[in-house]
Parts: sequence; structure tokens; C-alpha cells
Amino acid sequence: MMKAKEQIARRVAMELKDGDVVNLGIGLPTMVANYIPKGIDVMLESENGFIGLGAVGESTDPNLVNAGGQPCGIIPGGAMFDSAMSFALIRGGHVDVTVLGGLQVDQKGNLANWMIPGKMVPGMGGAMDLVIGAKKVIVAMEHCSKDGSAKILNCCNLPLTGKGVVDLIVTELGVFRVIKEGLLLEEIAQGVNIETVKNKTGADLIISKHLIYMKNVS
Amino acid sequence: MKNKQLNIQQVSEYFKDGMTVMVGGFLGVGTPERLVNAISNQGIKNITLITNDTSLPDKGVGQLIVNRQVKKLVASHIGTNPETGKQMIAKELDVELVPQGTLAERIRCGGSGLGGVLTPTGVGTIVEENKQKICVDGRVYLLEKPLHADIALIKAKKADKAGNIIYDKAARNFNPLMAMAADVVIAEVNELVEIGEIVPDEVMTTGVLVDKIICVEAC
Repeated sequence: MMKAKEQIARRVAMELKDGDVVNLGIGLPTMVANYIPKGIDVMLESENGFIGLGAVGESTDPNLVNAGGQPCGIIPGGAMFDSAMSFALIRGGHVDVTVLGGLQVDQKGNLANWMIPGKMVPGMGGAMDLVIGAKKVIVAMEHCSKDGSAKILNCCNLPLTGKGVVDLIVTELGVFRVIKEGLLLEEIAQGVNIETVKNKTGADLIISKHLIYMKNVS
Repeated sequence: MKNKQLNIQQVSEYFKDGMTVMVGGFLGVGTPERLVNAISNQGIKNITLITNDTSLPDKGVGQLIVNRQVKKLVASHIGTNPETGKQMIAKELDVELVPQGTLAERIRCGGSGLGGVLTPTGVGTIVEENKQKICVDGRVYLLEKPLHADIALIKAKKADKAGNIIYDKAARNFNPLMAMAADVVIAEVNELVEIGEIVPDEVMTTGVLVDKIICVEAC
């Protein structure tokens, strides 16, 4: 069976459209770049100051790194800029899709992914700007936390990164769309039944009338 | 035009206990390491540090945290330097976490004569606490105030002796913004050329903003 993270990254990659400007967060979201379908050209934005991010390991230049500090390349047609321009692109609606990890997401589209009070406070980095500015916000995360507790909830209890900002959640169990009425389960992983998804989810789910198996992950 | 070149031994007079300093860089990329080392060696204390992140413990500004030289930190990310979080949780270090785009704009405002910026970033989160909310045409924004420093330390690939600067790839990040927002700006560059050798169209930071230059390679 495919590893959960790969499965999630493959499915998220299918959300990208030809010509999209895309920002991928550190960790799992970065893996999405490995699975972009043939014929789909996207421009990856790196919030440390450029567009046209290449593959990790393509360059060894210490001044050409992605937002996680990993050396990477820049594709022909790319451009470098400063942090104000980088976030003008992000906040100004020039980024079509952002993919981020999550600690908690809830049925109102609230996202928490930057701190656990008293325990872990890495800081928000660019996440708060990305969720408010990108046209489409996708959360790519494993369905439950390491201790098995639910991460998709009726209401986040960790400090928020953004309020009502999430459009789509992709986990190894399924694809969930945030709609006015709540969370719509649109796709389910093969070999997983709806009861299992419900048991591992802390939010009420609306099951789509057109529920299908998760795309591109067979 | 005046030659702004200094050698690294001459920078000590610019560093004072209690200073507010901006340091360029993103995870240490684009950080003037020699200038940071000079602050470290001089044992400057009670620094207010404005920087994107606290890098790694042994890279960039990370050592200033490890050495406990910083009293207050304004940054967007501290997760790659465990010492920062440890000192923050123990209440030994005052940390103001600022969304990265907001940090960039606050510094830009500080150097541009603006009274602040209105941003939707952080609305509905703890970032909005104690900030003025302003509604413009039906959308709510936070008023984020300018940041200014006593001294800014920036890193560049190349400068001419008048201080005109060219940055290198992703090492640009916060450097051009900080070059506008401090009373004194010191640039650490890898290559220093004669005035006139940099084509005006290629200048990324004008020399009028740069007070002193330290050259660390080809001079």
C-alpha cells in the first residue's frame, strides 16, 4: 500500500491547473511537486523571494534555497525578488493555490497550524499571509495526529492561523470540501469505509451524493 | 563620492548595549555572518533584534540567541532554533511573532515614511490582539505599525564604493527593506568595485541608503 503522505501528495497534485501560481508549504506539501501531472505547467512561488522554484537538489548554490532552506533550482522564466514583493504576490491574490499542513482544521474552514501553547511555538512564518491571500487554500495532512486523535474537528481549539480560509482538506482517508453547511466528504480512499472515516473525524460530515474513490491514488 | 569601506575591526564602534538591530536573512541565507560574529565577539547585551527568523543555533543570528545577547525579538519564525523557544517559554526572552508578510511591510513602512499598513493578515487570530481594526469598503484590516532600528546589517553579493548594491538570488529577502529602515546601515558584501562599475539599472539598493561597507572576498 502506498504511504499516506505520498497518497495525499498525489491527490493534491491533481488539484493544480495549467498556468497556476502555487505555493507549497514545508514538509508534506513540498512533496506535491513530485506528482504534478504531465501537461500541467505551474509556477511555484517560494516565499523567501522567488518564483519558478525547481526541484530540491537541482542546485547546490547556498543562496538558491526553498523556504525550508533546502538547495533547489530555478526554472527558466523564473524571477527573484525581495520579501515585500513576495508577500505582495501572496496577499494580492496573485497566487492561485497554496498547500499547507495542519494541526487542526474545522468545519468552518478555520485552520490551526502554527502553535501549541506552552509546548511548541515555531511561529507562523508566511502561513497567515498565504491563507488569507491565496485564491484556493488546500490543507494536506495525515488524517489523525500521532497519538490517534482527530485533527478534523467541529471547532479548532488551538490558536488559529486563519479564520474561514480553508477550501479543501486532503488526507489519506479522503477529500473533504468546506461548504456553507459544513464538511462535505467527496472522495474516500479505496478499502476504507465511511464509518472508519467518521470515527477518525471530530466533525460532523456531510456525505456527498456523488461520493467516489480518491482519484489518482490506486 | 566618499569611500564607505570599513574593515571588520572598525565596526565595533557602531554596536552598543541596548541597540535595536535589524539583520537580513532567511534561515541564515542572506545574513551578514561576519557582522553578526562581530556583535557576538563584542558581547553586546540587551539587543532588540528584528529579523525574519532565528535561523539555526550555529548559523546566522542563531548564535546571538544562544549567547543570550537578545532581550527582545521581533520575528516570524523561531522553530529552527530550539533555544529561542526555550528562552521564550521560560520568559527569559520577549518574543513578538509577526506574520512574515506583515513583518516585511512594517519594515518597509519604517523606511518609507508611512504611519503603518492595513493588512487582512491575522484578522480572527491572536495576532489581532491590541491592534486597531479598520474597515475599508466592507473588509476588515489590522493596522500594523512601522518598525525602525538603530542599525541594519545587510548582506549582498556586490557593491560599489558608494554603496550601490546587487543582491544574490534568494539571499535578497529582507535586506533591501531593512536598508531603508535604520539610522545606520552596514552592508557586508562579497565583492567591492569602483564607483561607476555597477550599471544604474542593475542597482537594487541605492548607495544613499548605505553608510558603511565591509568587503569579505574580492576587494
